[in-house]
Amino acid sequence: MVMIMQFNFNSAEPLYLQVAEQIENAIFLGSFAAKEQIPSTTEISRDFQINPATVLKGMNILVANGLIQKKRGLGMFVLEDAQEKIRTKRKDQFFQDYIVKMVVEARNLGLDQATIQSLVERGFTQE
Amino acid sequence: MTEVTLNQISKTFGKQTVLKEISFQLKPNTIYGLLGRNGAGKSTLLNILTNRIPASSGEVQIDGQSNINNDAALGKIYLMSEQNLYPSRMKVFQIFRQTALFYPGFDFELAHQLTAKFGLNENLRFSRLSTGYHSILKDIIALSVDADVVLLDEPTLGLDANHRELFYQELMETYADRPRTFVISTHLIEEIAGLIENVLLIKDGNLVLNDSTENLLARSYAVTGPEKQVQEYTKGLNVIGHDSLGKLRSDYVFGKLDDERILPDTVSVDGIDLKKLFINLTNRESEVH
Repeated sequence: MVMIMQFNFNSAEPLYLQVAEQIENAIFLGSFAAKEQIPSTTEISRDFQINPATVLKGMNILVANGLIQKKRGLGMFVLEDAQEKIRTKRKDQFFQDYIVKMVVEARNLGLDQATIQSLVERGFTQE
Repeated sequence: MTEVTLNQISKTFGKQTVLKEISFQLKPNTIYGLLGRNGAGKSTLLNILTNRIPASSGEVQIDGQSNINNDAALGKIYLMSEQNLYPSRMKVFQIFRQTALFYPGFDFELAHQLTAKFGLNENLRFSRLSTGYHSILKDIIALSVDADVVLLDEPTLGLDANHRELFYQELMETYADRPRTFVISTHLIEEIAGLIENVLLIKDGNLVLNDSTENLLARSYAVTGPEKQVQEYTKGLNVIGHDSLGKLRSDYVFGKLDDERILPDTVSVDGIDLKKLFINLTNRESEVH
Protein backbone atom coordinates (compact mmCIF):
# COMPACT_ATOMS: atom_id res chain seq x y z
CA MET A 1 0.00 0.00 0.00
CA VAL A 2 3.05 2.19 0.17
CA MET A 3 2.54 3.98 -3.12
CA ILE A 4 -1.24 4.10 -3.00
CA MET A 5 -1.07 7.27 -0.98
CA GLN A 6 1.08 10.31 -1.31
CA PHE A 7 1.37 13.12 1.16
CA ASN A 8 2.82 16.51 0.55
CA PHE A 9 4.49 17.79 3.68
CA ASN A 10 5.18 21.08 1.96
CA SER A 11 1.58 21.65 1.07
CA ALA A 12 -0.48 24.44 2.55
CA GLU A 13 -3.23 21.91 3.04
CA PRO A 14 -3.30 20.51 6.59
CA LEU A 15 -2.01 16.98 6.78
CA TYR A 16 -5.17 15.56 8.36
CA LEU A 17 -7.19 16.80 5.38
CA GLN A 18 -4.69 15.16 3.05
CA VAL A 19 -5.13 11.91 4.97
CA ALA A 20 -8.91 12.14 4.56
CA GLU A 21 -8.60 12.95 0.86
CA GLN A 22 -6.12 10.19 0.12
CA ILE A 23 -8.26 7.55 1.75
CA GLU A 24 -11.37 8.94 0.08
CA ASN A 25 -9.62 8.79 -3.27
CA ALA A 26 -8.54 5.20 -2.68
CA ILE A 27 -12.16 4.30 -1.88
CA PHE A 28 -13.37 6.16 -4.99
CA LEU A 29 -10.89 4.31 -7.20
CA GLY A 30 -11.85 1.01 -5.64
CA SER A 31 -8.50 0.33 -3.97
CA PHE A 32 -10.41 -0.01 -0.71
CA ALA A 33 -13.61 -1.81 -1.67
CA ALA A 34 -16.99 -1.73 0.07
CA LYS A 35 -17.10 -3.63 3.37
CA GLU A 36 -13.34 -4.07 3.28
CA GLN A 37 -11.02 -3.00 6.03
CA ILE A 38 -8.80 0.00 5.41
CA PRO A 39 -5.24 0.23 6.78
CA SER A 40 -5.08 1.02 10.48
CA THR A 41 -4.03 4.34 11.95
CA THR A 42 -0.80 2.71 13.05
CA GLU A 43 -0.04 1.34 9.57
CA ILE A 44 -0.56 4.69 7.89
CA SER A 45 1.30 6.47 10.67
CA ARG A 46 4.23 4.09 10.33
CA ASP A 47 4.42 3.90 6.55
CA PHE A 48 4.20 7.63 5.99
CA GLN A 49 5.70 8.90 9.25
CA ILE A 50 2.65 10.88 10.21
CA ASN A 51 1.59 11.42 13.80
CA PRO A 52 -1.19 8.93 14.63
CA ALA A 53 -3.32 11.73 16.08
CA THR A 54 -3.20 13.42 12.67
CA VAL A 55 -4.15 10.21 10.88
CA LEU A 56 -7.02 9.65 13.29
CA LYS A 57 -8.28 13.18 12.76
CA GLY A 58 -8.38 12.53 9.01
CA MET A 59 -10.19 9.21 9.52
CA ASN A 60 -12.75 10.86 11.77
CA ILE A 61 -13.71 13.18 8.92
CA LEU A 62 -14.49 10.12 6.80
CA VAL A 63 -16.48 8.61 9.66
CA ALA A 64 -18.45 11.85 9.97
CA ASN A 65 -19.07 11.84 6.20
CA GLY A 66 -20.43 8.32 6.38
CA LEU A 67 -17.71 6.72 4.27
CA ILE A 68 -16.08 4.45 6.84
CA GLN A 69 -17.20 2.89 10.07
CA LYS A 70 -15.36 1.79 13.13
CA LYS A 71 -15.89 -1.78 14.23
CA ARG A 72 -14.83 -2.05 17.80
CA GLY A 73 -11.64 -4.01 18.24
CA LEU A 74 -11.33 -4.72 14.53
CA GLY A 75 -10.63 -1.45 12.78
CA MET A 76 -12.14 0.82 10.15
CA PHE A 77 -14.29 -0.57 7.34
CA VAL A 78 -15.56 0.97 4.09
CA LEU A 79 -19.32 1.42 4.13
CA GLU A 80 -21.44 -0.18 1.44
CA ASP A 81 -22.46 3.06 -0.27
CA ALA A 82 -19.21 4.97 0.26
CA GLN A 83 -18.14 4.97 -3.37
CA GLU A 84 -21.56 6.19 -4.50
CA LYS A 85 -21.49 8.98 -1.92
CA ILE A 86 -18.10 10.13 -3.14
CA ARG A 87 -19.28 10.03 -6.74
CA THR A 88 -22.30 12.20 -5.90
CA LYS A 89 -20.16 14.65 -3.98
CA ARG A 90 -17.62 14.95 -6.77
CA LYS A 91 -20.36 15.50 -9.36
CA ASP A 92 -21.72 18.31 -7.22
CA GLN A 93 -18.28 19.85 -6.98
CA PHE A 94 -17.36 19.38 -10.63
CA PHE A 95 -18.54 22.82 -11.67
CA GLN A 96 -16.66 24.58 -8.89
CA ASP A 97 -13.53 22.42 -9.09
CA TYR A 98 -13.05 22.34 -12.86
CA ILE A 99 -15.31 24.67 -14.84
CA VAL A 100 -14.84 27.81 -12.76
CA LYS A 101 -11.05 27.41 -12.81
CA MET A 102 -11.07 26.70 -16.54
CA VAL A 103 -13.08 29.82 -17.30
CA VAL A 104 -10.70 31.97 -15.20
CA GLU A 105 -7.70 30.60 -17.09
CA ALA A 106 -9.49 30.95 -20.44
CA ARG A 107 -10.17 34.62 -19.72
CA ASN A 108 -6.53 35.17 -18.74
CA LEU A 109 -5.50 33.61 -22.04
CA GLY A 110 -8.09 35.48 -24.06
CA LEU A 111 -9.80 32.28 -25.22
CA ASP A 112 -13.47 32.85 -26.06
CA GLN A 113 -16.43 30.62 -25.27
CA ALA A 114 -16.62 29.11 -28.76
CA THR A 115 -12.95 28.10 -28.62
CA ILE A 116 -13.41 26.49 -25.22
CA GLN A 117 -16.48 24.62 -26.44
CA SER A 118 -14.57 23.23 -29.41
CA LEU A 119 -11.72 22.23 -27.09
CA VAL A 120 -14.20 20.40 -24.84
CA GLU A 121 -15.58 18.59 -27.89
CA ARG A 122 -12.07 17.63 -28.94
CA GLY A 123 -11.45 16.33 -25.43
CA PHE A 124 -14.45 14.01 -25.66
CA THR A 125 -13.55 12.63 -29.09
CA GLN A 126 -10.00 11.92 -28.00
CA GLU A 127 -10.27 8.69 -26.10
CA MET B 1 2.53 8.69 32.19
CA THR B 2 5.11 11.19 33.23
CA GLU B 3 4.93 14.94 33.27
CA VAL B 4 8.01 17.08 32.95
CA THR B 5 7.93 20.71 33.98
CA LEU B 6 10.61 23.32 33.49
CA ASN B 7 10.43 26.39 35.68
CA GLN B 8 12.48 29.42 34.68
CA ILE B 9 15.52 27.49 33.56
CA SER B 10 18.52 29.71 32.84
CA LYS B 11 22.05 28.70 31.99
CA THR B 12 25.17 30.79 31.75
CA PHE B 13 28.62 29.68 30.70
CA GLY B 14 30.99 32.32 32.04
CA LYS B 15 29.62 35.61 30.76
CA GLN B 16 27.52 34.01 28.06
CA THR B 17 23.84 33.36 28.70
CA VAL B 18 22.77 30.27 26.78
CA LEU B 19 19.24 29.80 28.11
CA LYS B 20 16.99 32.54 29.44
CA GLU B 21 14.21 31.65 31.88
CA ILE B 22 12.75 28.80 29.92
CA SER B 23 9.46 27.44 31.19
CA PHE B 24 7.26 24.79 29.63
CA GLN B 25 5.60 21.52 30.34
CA LEU B 26 5.90 18.29 28.39
CA LYS B 27 2.51 16.67 28.10
CA PRO B 28 2.34 12.88 28.40
CA ASN B 29 2.37 10.78 25.22
CA THR B 30 3.11 13.65 22.86
CA ILE B 31 5.79 13.94 20.17
CA TYR B 32 7.58 17.27 20.29
CA GLY B 33 9.96 18.85 17.82
CA LEU B 34 12.64 20.91 19.57
CA LEU B 35 13.78 23.33 16.90
CA GLY B 36 16.41 26.02 16.82
CA ARG B 37 19.47 27.04 14.90
CA ASN B 38 22.99 25.91 15.72
CA GLY B 39 23.97 27.27 19.11
CA ALA B 40 20.40 28.17 20.08
CA GLY B 41 20.71 26.13 23.28
CA LYS B 42 18.80 22.95 22.37
CA SER B 43 21.42 20.45 23.54
CA THR B 44 22.10 22.44 26.69
CA LEU B 45 18.40 22.32 27.49
CA LEU B 46 18.23 18.54 26.95
CA ASN B 47 21.30 18.05 29.13
CA ILE B 48 19.71 20.09 31.92
CA LEU B 49 16.49 18.11 31.62
CA THR B 50 18.40 14.91 32.32
CA ASN B 51 20.63 16.47 34.99
CA ARG B 52 23.81 15.88 32.97
CA ILE B 53 24.65 19.52 33.54
CA PRO B 54 23.22 21.80 36.23
CA ALA B 55 21.04 24.80 35.46
CA SER B 56 22.30 28.18 36.68
CA SER B 57 18.82 28.88 38.02
CA GLY B 58 15.36 27.44 37.82
CA GLU B 59 14.32 23.83 38.22
CA VAL B 60 13.19 20.76 36.35
CA GLN B 61 10.44 18.67 37.86
CA ILE B 62 9.66 15.14 36.82
CA ASP B 63 6.25 14.13 38.15
CA GLY B 64 6.53 16.90 40.70
CA GLN B 65 10.01 15.97 41.92
CA SER B 66 13.25 17.76 41.31
CA ASN B 67 15.52 15.91 38.86
CA ILE B 68 18.71 16.75 40.75
CA ASN B 69 20.41 13.58 42.01
CA ASN B 70 17.09 11.84 41.89
CA ASP B 71 17.55 8.41 40.31
CA ALA B 72 13.87 7.51 40.53
CA ALA B 73 12.89 10.64 38.62
CA LEU B 74 15.73 10.36 36.13
CA GLY B 75 14.84 6.73 35.39
CA LYS B 76 11.65 7.98 33.75
CA ILE B 77 13.56 10.00 31.21
CA TYR B 78 16.19 9.05 28.63
CA LEU B 79 18.48 11.23 26.54
CA MET B 80 19.99 10.05 23.28
CA SER B 81 22.69 12.58 22.49
CA GLU B 82 25.59 13.14 20.14
CA GLN B 83 28.02 12.37 22.94
CA ASN B 84 29.40 8.86 22.95
CA LEU B 85 29.29 7.67 26.53
CA TYR B 86 30.31 4.06 26.04
CA PRO B 87 33.73 2.48 26.53
CA SER B 88 35.21 1.93 23.10
CA ARG B 89 35.97 -1.76 23.73
CA MET B 90 32.45 -2.61 24.84
CA LYS B 91 30.42 -4.72 22.42
CA VAL B 92 26.92 -3.80 21.26
CA PHE B 93 25.16 -6.56 23.23
CA GLN B 94 27.14 -5.60 26.33
CA ILE B 95 26.00 -2.02 25.94
CA PHE B 96 22.40 -3.24 25.90
CA ARG B 97 23.03 -5.19 29.13
CA GLN B 98 24.66 -2.22 30.76
CA THR B 99 21.74 0.02 29.80
CA ALA B 100 19.35 -2.51 31.35
CA LEU B 101 21.05 -1.97 34.72
CA PHE B 102 19.74 1.60 34.74
CA TYR B 103 16.52 0.89 32.84
CA PRO B 104 15.38 -2.53 34.13
CA GLY B 105 12.47 -2.63 31.67
CA PHE B 106 14.85 -2.51 28.68
CA ASP B 107 13.13 -4.32 25.80
CA PHE B 108 15.80 -6.76 24.58
CA GLU B 109 13.42 -8.32 22.09
CA LEU B 110 12.78 -4.98 20.39
CA ALA B 111 16.50 -4.16 20.48
CA HIS B 112 17.34 -7.45 18.73
CA GLN B 113 14.65 -6.89 16.11
CA LEU B 114 16.02 -3.43 15.43
CA THR B 115 19.66 -4.49 15.18
CA ALA B 116 18.54 -7.04 12.56
CA LYS B 117 16.53 -4.46 10.62
CA PHE B 118 19.36 -1.93 10.64
CA GLY B 119 22.00 -4.56 9.93
CA LEU B 120 23.93 -3.86 13.14
CA ASN B 121 26.15 -6.72 14.32
CA GLU B 122 25.73 -7.03 18.10
CA ASN B 123 29.18 -8.58 18.50
CA LEU B 124 31.00 -5.51 17.22
CA ARG B 125 32.87 -3.27 19.59
CA PHE B 126 31.64 0.30 19.93
CA SER B 127 34.88 1.67 18.50
CA ARG B 128 34.42 -0.38 15.32
CA LEU B 129 31.12 1.27 14.44
CA SER B 130 30.88 4.10 11.88
CA THR B 131 29.34 7.48 12.76
CA GLY B 132 26.04 6.35 11.29
CA TYR B 133 26.01 3.14 13.30
CA HIS B 134 26.91 5.03 16.48
CA SER B 135 23.68 6.94 15.95
CA ILE B 136 21.76 3.77 15.05
CA LEU B 137 22.95 2.00 18.20
CA LYS B 138 21.95 4.95 20.37
CA ASP B 139 18.60 5.20 18.58
CA ILE B 140 17.92 1.51 19.18
CA ILE B 141 18.66 1.98 22.87
CA ALA B 142 16.43 5.06 23.02
CA LEU B 143 13.50 3.12 21.54
CA SER B 144 14.10 0.08 23.76
CA VAL B 145 14.39 1.69 27.19
CA ASP B 146 11.26 1.81 29.33
CA ALA B 147 11.46 5.55 29.98
CA ASP B 148 8.23 7.56 29.70
CA VAL B 149 10.07 10.52 28.20
CA VAL B 150 12.65 9.99 25.46
CA LEU B 151 14.77 12.89 24.28
CA LEU B 152 16.45 12.47 20.89
CA ASP B 153 19.21 14.92 20.08
CA GLU B 154 20.00 14.66 16.35
CA PRO B 155 18.91 11.02 16.11
CA THR B 156 19.62 10.78 12.38
CA LEU B 157 23.15 12.19 12.44
CA GLY B 158 25.18 10.29 9.84
CA LEU B 159 22.28 8.08 8.76
CA ASP B 160 21.58 7.57 5.06
CA ALA B 161 18.11 8.27 3.65
CA ASN B 162 17.01 4.63 3.94
CA HIS B 163 18.03 4.36 7.57
CA ARG B 164 16.47 7.72 8.41
CA GLU B 165 13.16 6.56 7.00
CA LEU B 166 13.45 3.21 8.78
CA PHE B 167 14.19 4.96 12.05
CA TYR B 168 11.14 7.22 11.84
CA GLN B 169 8.97 4.26 10.87
CA GLU B 170 10.18 2.29 13.86
CA LEU B 171 9.63 5.35 16.04
CA MET B 172 6.01 5.56 14.94
CA GLU B 173 5.51 1.85 15.45
CA THR B 174 6.89 1.80 18.97
CA TYR B 175 4.95 4.99 19.75
CA ALA B 176 1.74 3.21 18.70
CA ASP B 177 2.62 0.11 20.75
CA ARG B 178 3.57 2.06 23.82
CA PRO B 179 2.65 5.75 23.71
CA ARG B 180 5.14 7.97 25.51
CA THR B 181 6.64 11.40 25.14
CA PHE B 182 9.34 12.02 22.56
CA VAL B 183 11.29 15.22 22.08
CA ILE B 184 13.13 15.24 18.76
CA SER B 185 15.79 17.81 18.05
CA THR B 186 16.95 17.81 14.44
CA HIS B 187 17.94 20.13 11.63
CA LEU B 188 16.14 18.01 9.06
CA ILE B 189 12.78 19.63 9.75
CA GLU B 190 11.01 18.37 6.64
CA GLU B 191 11.57 14.80 7.80
CA ILE B 192 9.75 15.26 11.10
CA ALA B 193 7.16 17.82 9.98
CA GLY B 194 4.44 15.17 9.76
CA LEU B 195 5.15 13.36 12.96
CA ILE B 196 5.58 16.07 15.55
CA GLU B 197 2.42 17.17 17.26
CA ASN B 198 3.97 20.12 19.04
CA VAL B 199 6.75 22.56 18.27
CA LEU B 200 9.17 24.07 20.78
CA LEU B 201 11.25 26.75 19.11
CA ILE B 202 14.32 28.20 20.77
CA LYS B 203 15.96 31.33 19.49
CA ASP B 204 18.97 32.92 21.16
CA GLY B 205 18.27 31.04 24.38
CA ASN B 206 14.61 32.06 24.54
CA LEU B 207 11.63 29.80 24.07
CA VAL B 208 9.77 31.74 21.40
CA LEU B 209 7.14 29.18 20.34
CA ASN B 210 5.32 26.38 22.11
CA ASP B 211 2.28 25.38 20.11
CA SER B 212 0.81 22.56 18.06
CA THR B 213 2.18 22.11 14.56
CA GLU B 214 -1.33 22.42 13.21
CA ASN B 215 -1.99 25.75 14.94
CA LEU B 216 1.31 27.17 13.78
CA LEU B 217 0.79 26.25 10.15
CA ALA B 218 -2.80 27.49 10.24
CA ARG B 219 -1.53 31.01 10.93
CA SER B 220 1.43 31.06 8.58
CA TYR B 221 1.03 32.54 5.12
CA ALA B 222 2.91 33.40 1.97
CA VAL B 223 1.47 36.44 0.22
CA THR B 224 2.77 36.46 -3.34
CA GLY B 225 2.40 38.83 -6.27
CA PRO B 226 3.72 42.11 -7.66
CA GLU B 227 5.94 43.82 -5.10
CA LYS B 228 3.89 46.96 -4.62
CA GLN B 229 0.54 45.24 -4.17
CA VAL B 230 1.98 42.60 -1.84
CA GLN B 231 3.51 45.24 0.40
CA GLU B 232 0.30 47.22 0.47
CA TYR B 233 -1.61 44.12 1.47
CA THR B 234 0.82 43.07 4.22
CA LYS B 235 1.45 46.54 5.63
CA GLY B 236 1.24 46.48 9.42
CA LEU B 237 0.93 42.68 9.54
CA ASN B 238 3.54 40.48 11.22
CA VAL B 239 5.81 39.95 8.21
CA ILE B 240 8.60 37.60 9.31
CA GLY B 241 10.49 37.51 6.05
CA HIS B 242 10.26 37.71 2.30
CA ASP B 243 11.67 36.39 -0.96
CA SER B 244 11.95 38.43 -4.13
CA LEU B 245 12.43 37.57 -7.74
CA GLY B 246 12.60 40.70 -9.88
CA LYS B 247 9.41 42.62 -9.12
CA LEU B 248 7.69 39.51 -7.82
CA ARG B 249 7.60 39.20 -4.07
CA SER B 250 6.47 36.78 -1.38
CA ASP B 251 5.92 38.17 2.09
CA TYR B 252 5.75 35.57 4.84
CA VAL B 253 3.18 36.48 7.46
CA PHE B 254 2.95 34.82 10.84
CA GLY B 255 -0.27 35.60 12.67
CA LYS B 256 -3.59 37.01 11.62
CA LEU B 257 -4.30 38.43 8.21
CA ASP B 258 -6.60 41.45 7.99
CA ASP B 259 -9.93 40.17 6.69
CA GLU B 260 -11.05 43.73 5.98
CA ARG B 261 -8.42 44.16 3.30
CA ILE B 262 -9.30 43.40 -0.28
CA LEU B 263 -6.94 40.92 -1.90
CA PRO B 264 -6.01 42.10 -5.41
CA ASP B 265 -6.50 39.54 -8.23
CA THR B 266 -2.77 39.52 -8.85
CA VAL B 267 -1.93 38.57 -5.26
CA SER B 268 -2.32 35.08 -3.86
CA VAL B 269 -2.30 33.83 -0.28
CA ASP B 270 -0.96 30.35 0.39
CA GLY B 271 0.16 28.43 3.43
CA ILE B 272 3.80 27.65 4.10
CA ASP B 273 5.46 24.55 5.43
CA LEU B 274 7.19 24.10 8.77
CA LYS B 275 10.68 24.46 7.34
CA LYS B 276 9.88 27.76 5.65
CA LEU B 277 8.25 29.02 8.84
CA PHE B 278 11.30 27.96 10.85
CA ILE B 279 13.78 29.64 8.53
CA ASN B 280 11.89 32.91 8.58
CA LEU B 281 11.26 32.90 12.32
CA THR B 282 14.88 32.20 13.15
CA ASN B 283 16.51 34.69 10.79
CA ARG B 284 18.42 37.25 12.77
CA GLU B 285 16.11 40.21 12.22
CA SER B 286 12.69 38.60 12.58
CA GLU B 287 10.70 38.68 15.77
CA VAL B 288 8.02 36.31 16.91
CA HIS B 289 4.78 37.81 18.11
